[in-house]
Amino acid sequence: MRLQAVDVRLGYGDRIIVDGLDLGIEAGTVTTIIGPNGCGKSTLLRALGRLLKPAGGEVLLDGKRIDRMPTKEVAKVLGVLPQAPTAPEGLTVADLVARGRHPHQTWYRQWSSDDESAVSEALSMTGLLDLGERPLDELSGGQRQRAWISMALAQGTDLLLLDEPTTFLDLAHQVEVLELVRRLHGELGRTVVMVLHDLNLAARYADRLVAMRGGKVIAAGTPAEVLTESLLSEVFDLDAKVIEDPVAGTPLVVPIGVRH
Amino acid sequence: MTVARPPSPGGVHAVHRRRLLVLAVLFTTLAVAAVLSIMIGAKPIPPADVWHGLVSPSGTENDIVIRSLRVPRTVIGIMAGVALGVAGALMQGHTRNPLADPGLLGVTQGAAFAMVLSILVLGVTGLYGYIWFGLAGALIASVGVFALGMVSGRGGPTPVTLALAGTAVSAFLYALTSTMVLMDEQAMDVFRFWQSGSIAARGPDVAWQVLPFIAAGLLLALVNAPALNALSLGEDVARALGQNVTLTRTLGVAAITLLSGASVAACGALSFLGLMVPHLARPLSGPDHRWLLPYSGLLGACALLLADVAGRVVARPGELEVGVVLAMLGAPFFIALVRRRKPVRL
Repeated sequence: MRLQAVDVRLGYGDRIIVDGLDLGIEAGTVTTIIGPNGCGKSTLLRALGRLLKPAGGEVLLDGKRIDRMPTKEVAKVLGVLPQAPTAPEGLTVADLVARGRHPHQTWYRQWSSDDESAVSEALSMTGLLDLGERPLDELSGGQRQRAWISMALAQGTDLLLLDEPTTFLDLAHQVEVLELVRRLHGELGRTVVMVLHDLNLAARYADRLVAMRGGKVIAAGTPAEVLTESLLSEVFDLDAKVIEDPVAGTPLVVPIGVRH
Repeated sequence: MTVARPPSPGGVHAVHRRRLLVLAVLFTTLAVAAVLSIMIGAKPIPPADVWHGLVSPSGTENDIVIRSLRVPRTVIGIMAGVALGVAGALMQGHTRNPLADPGLLGVTQGAAFAMVLSILVLGVTGLYGYIWFGLAGALIASVGVFALGMVSGRGGPTPVTLALAGTAVSAFLYALTSTMVLMDEQAMDVFRFWQSGSIAARGPDVAWQVLPFIAAGLLLALVNAPALNALSLGEDVARALGQNVTLTRTLGVAAITLLSGASVAACGALSFLGLMVPHLARPLSGPDHRWLLPYSGLLGACALLLADVAGRVVARPGELEVGVVLAMLGAPFFIALVRRRKPVRL
């Protein structure tokens, strides 16, 4: 197990959102967490990325308690991209991506050739090499999201946690971002955990799905194991038919609704 | 759509060269402002005499004016300007609020309260006495604000809890100061001049008194700059990048307190400078704090000296206090700046 949540209790102040949850992330897999709004999936992801300290239980990175490791050392192994991050005005794409090198820098040695090559590699991986000098706020939503992913890539970690990396993107850009995630996994062997809302895309791009409701894991396994009609009704209160995706062969969710 | 250049090593070097060039221009401007500050005053001194007075003083009247009045005043102006410029940039960076000024942590009212208290209760007279009390007041007030912000925020102080605590503490101290000032005429007199902000009539000892605090503050600011770059992407991203957010905030608040506390104690309330200067520096530096902080410091010193010189010119043979000039020149300038550029998002 690369990353493991053991009996974690998570929340903000007195409001507990997740209680007694266990989850393990295998090396070299793409895991997607799904579930209705407010089920605790982002909270869980933040805890796995040590952005939120558990009120109980522990998070283990390579078997060691993540909160006891120096945060800068964790940042060399584990990258986290929170939901809808914001950047200061006028920051260029190349500058943003360069900030992903932060954990590898000390205050007296700010820039090295390793940094340089990691940044240009990350930019070319996301197809942004030509946009490096452009301010982030002039980019389209899809390009901006790719720029943030580049920043996380430049960090050079083999574990990557992405919180709703496709929010606010149209379908074509969602597919583009997820294809990139797939390549990270396929070509670079990265381990990825992400939160997604679109069940069909989640089924297509993940090795493993984790379905949550009310702070609990209801089901975990391959998309075909998890995305069943009875689970959709249990987790989302949704009446739906599940058919085979004619392109990928993965489960495809077709909601039924009242009028049909 | 414009065709963008790909980032090449040449491009990076060009940016670097431009930044160094701007730095050189700012240093030159500061040198010119310093010479003007030594030349211009109730008694104008020609450039040749300035050189003579600085390099080989022989006790002429001009030499004495230069060495005992103009140079200390100029040095204090530079120190306070650098301190307030850097403190302002730190404050805006930490709060991600373009309208934040260093006074937000309660330093100004803390210094005012302690000074007036020292006059009223301990009968302290003379500038040097007030300065120590002012400095202590500024430090205590901002430690108090930080502690309050820490208690009310979960897991360390946040910009919002700091700003709320700062406003509350400032209002409370201001009320106490006003009460004391109304009871005592001598305290009122000192307070009036202190409140408008001035660098006149401060001997070399004042510079030596506040120098260690400003030097320590600048050192902390230097260490804080890369962390502030991470923090400007949001607390979650900063944590993800391996930055200890609470440590960064604590160092930042310590730097702001030392820098603004020292300058407020030595020169009075000049915090408008700290609000304005980062807005001048940002178009030159971009959002990189490793450059924004030094640019803000140099611009702060230039602005303070030039405003001080202007105050000596407009009201000859008397002079206007630099705090008054800064506010009068700065306000319209600031309004124009804000109107021309869309409001910055930090």
